[in-house]
Amino acid sequence: MDLEFTASEHAFREEARAWLAAHVPARPLPSLETAEGFAAHREWERVLYDGGWSVVSWPRAYGGRDATLTEWLIFEEEYYAAQAPGRVSQNGINLLAPTLFAHGDEEQLARVLPPMASGETIWAQAWSEPEAGSDLASLRSRAERTERHGGGWLLSGQKTWSSRAAFADRAFGLFRTDREQERHRGLSYLMFPLDAEGVTVRPIGRLDGKPAFAELFLDQVFVPDADVIGEVGQGWRAAMSTAGNERGVTLRSPGRFTASADRLIHLWRSRQEPADSRDRVADAWIRARAYQLAGYAAASADPAGSASGSGSRPGGSGTSVASADSSPGAGGTASPFASSMNKVFWSELDIDLHETALDLLGPGTSEVTEGLPESAWMDGWIFALAGPVYAGTNEIQRDIVAERVLGLPRGR
Amino acid sequence: MRFLPDEDHRTYAATVRRLLADAEPAKAARAWAAGDQGPGRELWRALADTGLPALAVPEERGGMGWYPSELAAAFVEIGRAAAPGPLVETVALAAALGADPRGGDTAGPWLPRILTGDLLVTVTDPAGPYAVDGYLADAAFVTEGPALHMAVPEGGPLPSIDPTRHLVRCEPATPVESGEPVPGDAARLRSLATLLTAAQALGAGRALLDGSVEYAGRRTQFGRQIGSFQAVKHQLATVAIALEFAEPLLHGAALAVRAQPGGPGPAEGSAGGPGDATDPRDLPAAKAACSRAAHQAARTALQVHGALGYTDEYDLTLHLRKARALHDAWGTPAACHQAVLAGGRFPAVQGEAASGE
Repeated sequence: MDLEFTASEHAFREEARAWLAAHVPARPLPSLETAEGFAAHREWERVLYDGGWSVVSWPRAYGGRDATLTEWLIFEEEYYAAQAPGRVSQNGINLLAPTLFAHGDEEQLARVLPPMASGETIWAQAWSEPEAGSDLASLRSRAERTERHGGGWLLSGQKTWSSRAAFADRAFGLFRTDREQERHRGLSYLMFPLDAEGVTVRPIGRLDGKPAFAELFLDQVFVPDADVIGEVGQGWRAAMSTAGNERGVTLRSPGRFTASADRLIHLWRSRQEPADSRDRVADAWIRARAYQLAGYAAASADPAGSASGSGSRPGGSGTSVASADSSPGAGGTASPFASSMNKVFWSELDIDLHETALDLLGPGTSEVTEGLPESAWMDGWIFALAGPVYAGTNEIQRDIVAERVLGLPRGR
Repeated sequence: MRFLPDEDHRTYAATVRRLLADAEPAKAARAWAAGDQGPGRELWRALADTGLPALAVPEERGGMGWYPSELAAAFVEIGRAAAPGPLVETVALAAALGADPRGGDTAGPWLPRILTGDLLVTVTDPAGPYAVDGYLADAAFVTEGPALHMAVPEGGPLPSIDPTRHLVRCEPATPVESGEPVPGDAARLRSLATLLTAAQALGAGRALLDGSVEYAGRRTQFGRQIGSFQAVKHQLATVAIALEFAEPLLHGAALAVRAQPGGPGPAEGSAGGPGDATDPRDLPAAKAACSRAAHQAARTALQVHGALGYTDEYDLTLHLRKARALHDAWGTPAACHQAVLAGGRFPAVQGEAASGE
């Protein structure tokens, strides 16, 4: 057992660090949840892409650099340590792309991935509906068969809490293609443009008023057969492979939290190390480190995680990215539901870490949402608050851990 | 990087686990609690036969080398079994006696017989005056800064909430009684004791979770298994998550202890170079996280078991009570948090200069 990066992994880290030092904007970009900030973040995605850093784990053919899972973890550590901008493309890169790698065809990969990598196309997710939140399988939005325009589907219904949809270009989600079937049967995974005829986007302000998500009203929106991912009627299976990514290391990488914890320690020191915050500051660092080490363990267990591994690349086939979240933790709990444990762990850490920072900032300063250097902590706290809710609430995740990992009886 | 237990490591942990499971450790614990050392001593001899203390002692002193990761894995199993006796203290003393930084003859009268399993020895926690099993053990030591001394037990043993721990107040012996300090590496003793206490806590936590899950699947109320109630499920899931994320810290801590100055250092070809991600902060981090997870497991086990979990004679409460004792032993949460923020260095304790280590 060791914690030793190879010479090439170390060189990869140095290269990433040097590139980020030279390219990360000196001043923070405006919030990506505003029109101006969204545009600025889209430009940043292009800069990342031109440098070859926007999708490091993807195959070169689609704009990546064939990085291993370990290298991806390294890149994320460096990215957040450099205080680089938030990733406006994360829905596409972290949720849709792995699904495409696992279930898409060659034509879809070649058409969808490069513009996703460059920021030319920014994706929103369209999972939830007014009556289908945690209980996603109860969704009602439907896709009806049409033979017009060479054959395809007409989407109708309502999606909501659709992250990034206020300014994004396209969206992906689940629709009922077989009305005879119930629950998770008869659903299909589809991609559609947000500027298409029949789509109405109504932005929704989050807690600070910024339109971080939107409602989507769909009225006979045409989707060609080419934009169905996987088999018609098998959308649930494809979506669940995405859910694992949404909950696990690939959405909220350990590097985010180790960088935030280091900044929290820095903040604590800058405030003369108040003793009454010491336990909370240390605890945040400990938990971030635990998540980081769990990530290294997952990468070690993955055949593609080490440079010498002969397995498939993360993102290369999709399966190894998924396995990053389902492989045994260092604890050796071989469980495909490890991503549920990850999700509870990082989402609760994120809130505790930011609340500790806000308490260190003190009255007034802690409540300012923008305009001060310190308001990054409030922005981070607002972002963190959504963590226990999205991607399956933490209550659902605890149910999954209890039933699937611990083997407790089903039932509420 | 291969941040996962090796094959040998897993095999050894499985051997220890099987040995303990077959040895009726709860009976040994009950006997030890009542002052009958027989079964506990026998268990320790069997563990020593697997080479357990030898994993903390260099070959030139009769051991097998310096293997903190394997030791931690073994102590997870010892915690899972709630095996009695000053096992952490004995192995940590073996490490200290086998590694005198001044190069003296450290074998002394104790080390060879610790390695054979004939002796159990104990030492005070540097943050408190008590030694576990100060009378039952064959020798007691105290640390003072970097020095190790023989101890003079005072007064009768005090009962612990963990009935297998008999606490005895100890002071360093005067030079007239014991002469010079005992040659040995007190810093190594402390770091290994902290690591193995964390491991033991994690193992106790695992046993508490497993026992609680099993009970929740068996016990019915209102015509249902209580484990089907969400309120019960969520508490157990929370414990499972806490234990799951404490474990990688324990593994990281073992690597940090392996790499500490005075030791043989990191594995060959990885001499703390630019790609080395071991971090001395992982040791206090692991102790804090394992203690906390075990404590959560204990509180939850009590709640899930109801009155049964509040009962002396129910064996799982051996673990439940041990989790409380280990929570503060060899590094309180506060001391661990201070150490994390001080780059891994534990706060100075009495008799030790701030820069003592």
